[in-house]
Amino acid sequence: MATALELARPLEPADEPAQGRPAPPARQLRCCTASGCRAVGAEPLVQALRRAQELAGPAAHGLVIKSVGCLRLCSRGPLLAWDGPGGPALFALGSTDPGTPPGAAIGPGPAQALVLAAATAPGPDGLAALDLAAGWPPQPLPQGTPSPGALPGPLAGPPPGGGGSSQAPSPGGIGLTWELLDLNHPFFALQQPLVLEHCGLIDPDSIDEALARGTYGSWRRCRSQLSPEAVRATVRRSGLRGRGGAGYPTGLKWDTVALQPPGPRYVVCNADEGDPGAFMDRSVLEGDPHRLLEGLAIAAFAIGAEQGYLYVRAEYPLAIERLRRALEQAHQRGLLGSGTGLELELRVGAGAYVCGEETALLQSIQGQRGQPRPRPPYPAQSGLWGAPTLINNVETLAAVPVILRRGAEWFAAIGTDTSKGTKVFSLCGSVLRTGRVEVPMGTSLRTVVETMGGGVPAGPGAPGGAVKAVQTGGPSGGCIPAHLLDTPVDYESLQALGSAMGSGGMVVVGEAMAMPELARHFMHFSVEESCGKCLPCRAGTVQLEQLLDRLLAGLAEPSELEQLEQLCRMVKATSLCGLGQAAPNPVLSALRHFRPEFLAAYRSAPPQPALARAPWPAGPGAASDPGGRP
Amino acid sequence: MAVVTLRIDGQAVAVPAGSSLLAASRVAGLALPVLCHLDGLTPVGACRLCLVAIEGQGKLQPACTSEALEGQVVATNTAELQELRRLAVELFFAEGNHVCAYCVASGACELQAMAVTVGMDHSRFPYQYPLRAVDASHPLFSLDANRCILCSRCVRVCAELEGAHVWAIAGRGRHCHLVAGLDQPWGEVDACSSCGQCVEACPTGALFHKDDSTSEKHPHPARALQRRRVQDLPPRPDR
Repeated sequence: MATALELARPLEPADEPAQGRPAPPARQLRCCTASGCRAVGAEPLVQALRRAQELAGPAAHGLVIKSVGCLRLCSRGPLLAWDGPGGPALFALGSTDPGTPPGAAIGPGPAQALVLAAATAPGPDGLAALDLAAGWPPQPLPQGTPSPGALPGPLAGPPPGGGGSSQAPSPGGIGLTWELLDLNHPFFALQQPLVLEHCGLIDPDSIDEALARGTYGSWRRCRSQLSPEAVRATVRRSGLRGRGGAGYPTGLKWDTVALQPPGPRYVVCNADEGDPGAFMDRSVLEGDPHRLLEGLAIAAFAIGAEQGYLYVRAEYPLAIERLRRALEQAHQRGLLGSGTGLELELRVGAGAYVCGEETALLQSIQGQRGQPRPRPPYPAQSGLWGAPTLINNVETLAAVPVILRRGAEWFAAIGTDTSKGTKVFSLCGSVLRTGRVEVPMGTSLRTVVETMGGGVPAGPGAPGGAVKAVQTGGPSGGCIPAHLLDTPVDYESLQALGSAMGSGGMVVVGEAMAMPELARHFMHFSVEESCGKCLPCRAGTVQLEQLLDRLLAGLAEPSELEQLEQLCRMVKATSLCGLGQAAPNPVLSALRHFRPEFLAAYRSAPPQPALARAPWPAGPGAASDPGGRP
Repeated sequence: MAVVTLRIDGQAVAVPAGSSLLAASRVAGLALPVLCHLDGLTPVGACRLCLVAIEGQGKLQPACTSEALEGQVVATNTAELQELRRLAVELFFAEGNHVCAYCVASGACELQAMAVTVGMDHSRFPYQYPLRAVDASHPLFSLDANRCILCSRCVRVCAELEGAHVWAIAGRGRHCHLVAGLDQPWGEVDACSSCGQCVEACPTGALFHKDDSTSEKHPHPARALQRRRVQDLPPRPDR
């Protein structure tokens, strides 16, 4: 199995002739500049490295410094992957001051040392020995010199599987650490990059790099050799199911749209990834945008659409920037636009979570208020401007090119009987290694959370280690208790436990978190993000949150548990769209698996006089409700 | 004309194909509770009171937006639906500021009538007492947002029948509120033709004639089906 960060992997059955493809550079530093690493200074780091390379002169000429998408282990960013003799290798730059992003703290000296080391080190171990403060080539330390800037454990976290580590205070006084990460650690070794096969390898701003890896090859083959029926049959045979959460068979959806009466059709990519703790789609958007465009183009071809839209949430500015550039490049190269029969357009959301719901998303694209409408009719029958419309999630579309390239049977061999292929998860919360993992469907939660993620880290007052629950599916999903961690991750298994696959957010919950508190957190999210069209979601979630508020404040009577459950059932049964119907799920699943915690929180003593005076904690925003302001 | 036949609460009904379940239930002589629905306007399925159980479907469906299909077996008044409707009406009362005692629409208010229909004499949920405003800038009519239940009938009647597009709903979730024009005082909205259809469409006392005082807002005769006087309602169900 290939590791996530392997560079020199031969291209699979080539769609493109090898001639004219640039040979991979002998020495290369791939710097992750996706949002996660950006937050810890990846941009200034790349700039500092490029400046240092200019200053270093001929010694560093052989090195290529490029900016790439996600390198997976977000919690250790900024990450740099090095290609060279004995490579690839992955390094994490760290800072001894938790308040200072390491990427921004690097001075000209350490940057130059890093560039020179990357250009001349004999292998990963040699590069790992780099002392950023001492410079390159390394000088032997005088005997007895204490190693500078020793790190407290929890800050850096143990390196996955060990590996070399060195620390150095920069001239500014902030210590920088430089550490080799072990690519054979399960976090990397168990990944099967398929949707993310090029993410972290290519420069997302370069269409040439995407083309060199075969992107748009399947799209070209579609247009020159395949019929729409054949493409749909391949996708149907692959068993691919929607990655947005519901798991509807993709091939069936494509057929439904394609077989509508003749007339215009539209294809839409739903990139409105809004679940808290979900950042999988962002890795595709930021790391390999051309792949998504190819998937969308193939979908358009398969259903006979001439116009497509990418609907991206406004909170992803980098993704929007990179997609815009990718669209421009693809148009310039004649891969999209006039002559190809397909126009793709980017639409940016306006901050509404509900616009991830397909009917609300369509309203938003049409320039209307983003609110769901009752289905049927489904968008496949009547979507944008009344025309049949195909809506697929980012990850679904990004899986399509590889299915066409390597065949439906190859894809269907990965995963379980009912859930085929791989799934990207964003692993976060109380977990040692935060980041993105792409694993075959059917991998157990324990493998993902404990083996790969390292479980709950030690913290102040907690020994760490024990996972209490894993929250999947965001505000529409639920929690899975620790004793069920051996559950394989597939659509049916998670649903059976009262949770949901959701889009792929996996939030690890440690013992320190009270489950009613977690339930309230998600309910508050639903209160804030309810569109307000239907009553149960608009008013019911508010009451649910207040019932949980009372519970957490120790004011709730035992009889209120019944009311809580009754209202949960009501909101679930009567809300208009999927988001409202799923809003009580975090409460219901917490009640299902952690009922004693709720029971313990209900009071049985009569209320104290002081409490009786103010029985209601002021709801957030109660005083500032602008409702009805004419 | 194609016809579909189906069973609603045990009664066999035949309706033209394409009819809604709500229309079919009326053929069966049933008066399904509705607040956001108004005959002649596009149904939106927002109030969730007309939800019905269709045999073979796991999810409850709003009768106003669901098409009646051949052979369907529909239940409109199960114990579960009764309880859900009562909860819904409680939520309506708790989210706004509904004080019948001094409301222009008392006695002719659809929300008030709905409370009687579903047997709601008090709300088990605490009142939210939102801070909402009154807009009396229009020469003929006023908006008291405290009584607004966000049914969007005014929005639709203005857009679909008058074509003036004066009303819209702004905000999200519990912050949703009715706005006139570009979020202006109603009286300053040039597009308003003062036709008064929004006032007629309003199921509560949120939109009213300025010269109406307590209990003086009366339904238009053509809306007899929609607005039923409290005293005309059947006795409330046993609970």
